[in-house]
Amino acid sequence: MSKKYKVAILGSGNIGTDLLMKILRSDLLECSLFIGRNFSSAGMQKASSLGVKISDQSIDAIKNNPGCCDLVFDATTAKFHKMYAPIFKSMGIKAIDMTPSQIGTICSPAINIEDALGSENVNMITCGGQASIPMAYVLKKCLPDISYIEVVSSIASRSAGPGTRANIDEYIMNTEKGLRDLTGCKHVKAILNLNPALPCIDMQTTIFAKVENCDVEKLFKPVEEMAEKIRTYVPGYKVVVPPVFENGRVMVMVRVQGLGDYLPSYAGNLDIINCAAIAVAEEFAKQALMER
Amino acid sequence: MQKIIISDPTLRDGNHAVRHQLSREQIAIYAKAADLAGVSIVEVGHGNGIGASSIQVGLAKETDEVLLRTARENLKKSKLGVHCIPGFATVEANIKPAIAAGVDVFRIASHCTEADTTRNHIEFVRTQGKEVFGVLMMSHMAPVEILVEEALKMESYGAEAVVIMDSAGAYFPKDVEERITALCSALKIQVGFHGHNNLGMAVYNSLVAAQCGATILDGCARGFGAGAGNTQLEVLVAVLEREGFSTGIDLYKILDASDIAEREVMKEIPTIKSTSIVSGLSGVFSGFMRHVDRVSKEYNVDPRDVFFKLGERKVVAGQEDVIVEVALDLAKKGGKK
Repeated sequence: MSKKYKVAILGSGNIGTDLLMKILRSDLLECSLFIGRNFSSAGMQKASSLGVKISDQSIDAIKNNPGCCDLVFDATTAKFHKMYAPIFKSMGIKAIDMTPSQIGTICSPAINIEDALGSENVNMITCGGQASIPMAYVLKKCLPDISYIEVVSSIASRSAGPGTRANIDEYIMNTEKGLRDLTGCKHVKAILNLNPALPCIDMQTTIFAKVENCDVEKLFKPVEEMAEKIRTYVPGYKVVVPPVFENGRVMVMVRVQGLGDYLPSYAGNLDIINCAAIAVAEEFAKQALMER
Repeated sequence: MQKIIISDPTLRDGNHAVRHQLSREQIAIYAKAADLAGVSIVEVGHGNGIGASSIQVGLAKETDEVLLRTARENLKKSKLGVHCIPGFATVEANIKPAIAAGVDVFRIASHCTEADTTRNHIEFVRTQGKEVFGVLMMSHMAPVEILVEEALKMESYGAEAVVIMDSAGAYFPKDVEERITALCSALKIQVGFHGHNNLGMAVYNSLVAAQCGATILDGCARGFGAGAGNTQLEVLVAVLEREGFSTGIDLYKILDASDIAEREVMKEIPTIKSTSIVSGLSGVFSGFMRHVDRVSKEYNVDPRDVFFKLGERKVVAGQEDVIVEVALDLAKKGGKK
């Protein structure tokens, strides 16, 4: 257990740079290469100031340095990940996909981290998915008769970079896929709102479920237990409206405050997907270091 | 005479007023009447546009497909239009089926500062050879310069017009003058205005927009729309014609259409109710009214307090879930004063 697990970050935007800050704190992970396209971007400057090795060669930085990492976080866009995934695979590099490309095994660590560990490409769904799906999973488990689940996330405009904006359809489709696959509910819908208010709003997500009958008191404990489980990797995860049953629908509202690593704490959307990704990477690291 | 394109969202915005319960029969009867009157664009769908039927903003009685195909069958000259908000609707799940259902004009909308979320959708519609407008909602929430920047983005994506919405009915004529004048001088494409009547300004604001160079105006029969209602279409047409603008609409026939709408489509004619005034003053989306009324009753809080609190939190259209949170919070603090 002497050496740390080597990871590279591809994509120097908000997600990639925030991931880097979290990796620098990890006992198990080491960022061997931080990759962007332009040395003058804010993310690259930040990485350089932290003494991390950087490259502006995009995917070629990995292609030309096969041994540079055991795992790559792909924080580019869905379109790029579709091109890069086969490259990572052929090089034997595990991939944690931060984009909504729908390629790899979808994972929310509080639900199915075991599935991720058996896979070479893990998809982190979406920020809204990481916030909502665990709660939707709990509701569906407690109330198997739920016929429809809907999740609505509102995030601060400033926390949505150009990648998120260009991928808004993919965001919705991937959140819906994650919801369907992990809860088993066939009829689902995801909605995303960007709110430009200043000061910036914290990320907020509401989970609705349609169900005929519901003893809402029985939901309090499982919902709080799930929140506790999520807080082990995202400390700022909070249930702000505990389950309410009204008009044939159950509603739960959560708010996510980030750790404030690269972006301020309102960007809980970045924090939750990144914390989830780090949780998966650390499990991969434990697995690999045990084998060594 | 300056020509004005009238886009009529009676069968879309009006759906807010009836919790999205417009039926196939109602769509058919009004679409036919509007077509006969010579309305340029008839907008149809869930109040928040295609793909928006949801618990968050209301589940619709009919599917988008039924609404659009019914309208299509009843429109001969008028174009069929839809409202579409990325974040609710996607190209795959909603725009493609809408094209298949015969939609002519796509109005791709975002909150007034988030135009870049409309890029893929605007570009896609253009590649399909359909007409596409950009729509900036809640436009009172952005300073003029930002509004112009956002409109320019939509123009660069290929939008053939940009319509600004006064979604909370918060504008005064001078606000409209300032914004429409700035947009008309900055953009190469057409500019439009969509008014709400919370503070009784909708028709006059629309006239001012036309006088400042807007060439697309939205209006609904009897003002049928969210909250206090929209610009009243038949009044708008009469006023525009008297002021020397040409709408291509037959006055008697649009009056007939509005009578039909009153009789067949609406349960009550929108009026400026107390909560609507507060919605206008607080700058909160008119479409929140029914939700605020329902939730305030449930938690025994004053809906006016709820609106002002929502205004302080600068919520945007689509954040209806926050209403429950705000009401619960007010209830905890002692409910009604």
